[in-house]
Parts: sequence; C-alpha cells; structure tokens
Amino acid sequence: MVEFTLPAKSRVQAGRSHPAPAGATNVKTFRIYRFDPDAGGNPRLDTYVVDLDECGPMVLDALIKIKNEIDSTLTFRRSCREGICGSCSMNIAGTNTLACLKPIAEVAGTIDIYPLPHMAVIKDLVVDLNMPYAQLASIEPWMQTQTPPPPDRERLQSPEERVALDGLWECILCFCCQTSCPSYWWNGERFLGPAILLQAARWIEDSRDEFAGERLDALDDPFKLYRCHTILNCTSTCPKGLNPAKAIASIKEKLVERKF
Amino acid sequence: MRLRSAVGRARGLGSARSGADHFWHQRLTAIALAPLAVWLVISLITLSGADYGTVKAWLDRPLNATLMLLAVLAAVWHAQLGVQVVIEDYVHHAVAKWSALIGLRLAAIALATFMAVSILKIALGG
Repeated sequence: MVEFTLPAKSRVQAGRSHPAPAGATNVKTFRIYRFDPDAGGNPRLDTYVVDLDECGPMVLDALIKIKNEIDSTLTFRRSCREGICGSCSMNIAGTNTLACLKPIAEVAGTIDIYPLPHMAVIKDLVVDLNMPYAQLASIEPWMQTQTPPPPDRERLQSPEERVALDGLWECILCFCCQTSCPSYWWNGERFLGPAILLQAARWIEDSRDEFAGERLDALDDPFKLYRCHTILNCTSTCPKGLNPAKAIASIKEKLVERKF
Repeated sequence: MRLRSAVGRARGLGSARSGADHFWHQRLTAIALAPLAVWLVISLITLSGADYGTVKAWLDRPLNATLMLLAVLAAVWHAQLGVQVVIEDYVHHAVAKWSALIGLRLAAIALATFMAVSILKIALGG
C-alpha cells in the first residue's frame, strides 16, 4: 500500500544551528535537510544564517557559500550554475527546482531545502537517480531508422518538422518533474514518469526517427504510460518551463489515433 | 534483499500492450454519460413523487427504456474502469490487489445485469 508516514528512521529531527557572522545586517536563514549514512541516526534539519551582502543572488550561491565558509560537510550536486546541466535539482521552499535558477529573493522568510521527494537519499541533498536513468535507457532515447544514413550528408529535417521538437528537446533531465509526480511516488518502478515520457515523445515526434510504432507499442501499458492522471505537478514545477503533461497527452492521442 | 539491477527493474515484465483500450473506453463512456446524465436527472426530477403506474407508463416507452438502460450500463462500466485505476494506483499487496480487481469486475457485471433485468422487467412486463 501507499505509505503516508515516514518510517521511524527517516523522520526528520531538529539539527545544528550556525548563526550569522558578526556584523552581518542583511541575512537570510536556510534550513537544510542533512543525512549522513556513515554517521547513522535520523535525518535532521540544520539551520544556516547567511550574510546576503557577501553572497550571490541564487540559492546555489548560498549553498556554495555555506559549503565553502560555514560547513564543508554539506553535500549537494552542482556543476554548470546556469540551468543547463540539471545537477542541482532539489526541493526549495516546497517546490522542486534548480538551485542555480532560483533567486533567494523569490522566497519570503526562511528557505527550506530538501532533496528531491520520494527518492532514496544517498547523502544530504544527493538522491539516488539510478531508477530514472534506467527508465530513460528503457525507452531507447536515440534515433532508430531502417533507411541507412545518407553517405554525404546528415539526415534532413524541414523547419516545420524541426518545430515539432520545440518544448521537448530543451529537457535537461533534472528530474524535478519526475519526483514531483504522485503517480511516480506510488508506482515509481512501473510508471515511467513525466521526464521519461517527455523523452519518449521527443523521439516519437522526431521526423527522422522511423520507429514510432515500436516506441508506442512499448508505451501501450497501464503502468508505463497510463499512470499519468494529468495531475500536472510536472508542468507547474519544470524549471525550464516545459510541459511534460502535454507531451504525455500527445502520446495518448497517438495510441488512440493508430487504432482507427 | 533485491540485487536486481535498476535496468532490470525498469524493463520489468515489458509492455502489456493494452492500456489504450482502457483509456479509450473510459473516454467513450464519459462522452456517452454527459448527455445521458442530464437526461436522467431531468427525468428523475420530472418523475419525483409519481406513483408506480406513472413511472411504469413512462418506462414502457421504448426511448425511455433504451436511454435508461444505456445510462446505467455506461455508468457502471465507467465507474468500474475508474475504480480499477484507483486500485492499481494504491493497492500494491498482491493478494489484496487481485482480490479487489476480481471482486470489482464481478460486482460491476452483477450490478449491471441486475439493473438491466430490473429495467426490462418494468418496461416489458411488470
């Protein structure tokens, strides 16, 4: 059955406090989820007060400042700091988003930061993404054709055909949508989830791909695709402004379209 | 302990290749129920307080009997499809899930049959 309460060892407890540096006037409080499997014990919420006059504008700037200057044990993923690598996805002030694209000024009061919801936590803000990656591999996200590649040029695509990929190709696989979806929480091993289904749609829509039928066959399943109940958390949380729910609807349309 | 790889679990038992039928039937019954539900509500309001003879005379008309039969069959089938999804969403224990799914399907068929027999009995005999 669905679990509505956390197991005893996963319940979050009060943690340590790191006060503001002396003399700081423009400060912001961050409460951050901490879990260290090596240390044992329950997860806890540590409080850090950051001097905003000495900090960049984004939540990721604050996290990096905390790690560099206050508490080097804080663990999180980050790389590009400009919203294109998808590493720093986490739950900030109750919404999954990229720390590097989330301005500190957008959140009133204390900023709560948790790892992506309903995933196994490896450490602090780092979650285990092996399952979504395996699900991505299962939809074969690469071009498949019967026509051999032209010997002297790339496969051609008209401007109109290329436009069909807009809203799909921009996905950076941060899994903000995937881990915001209740259907994915309840059936994460059988439902492919919004991020993976958006990738599936990206290849079904691609005019150069010739295996849309096989791709649809693989998705025609009560769990892989049809656990989507158009809750739309995916669309409202996507930090890139994409619409996974629309992509999923387009797959459902095609599955009906080919029956008649 | 589970040592099966993430890829193994993600690929699982493969595609059932049947989800689109459920989706289509749910939409089809929903489209049918939109006008049928309006008709049913208006009819029930019109007939409220009427005696058995009046209701029987009303249901004797082929159009009313047909619409009533379609309304209850579409409603039961639509509800059955919807509750099935709820069970699949939330019930993961194998025995509980299969008991619920089998019970649901049999109950829906029994209910639909009972309603059809009742309507036909009033419409044709009674």
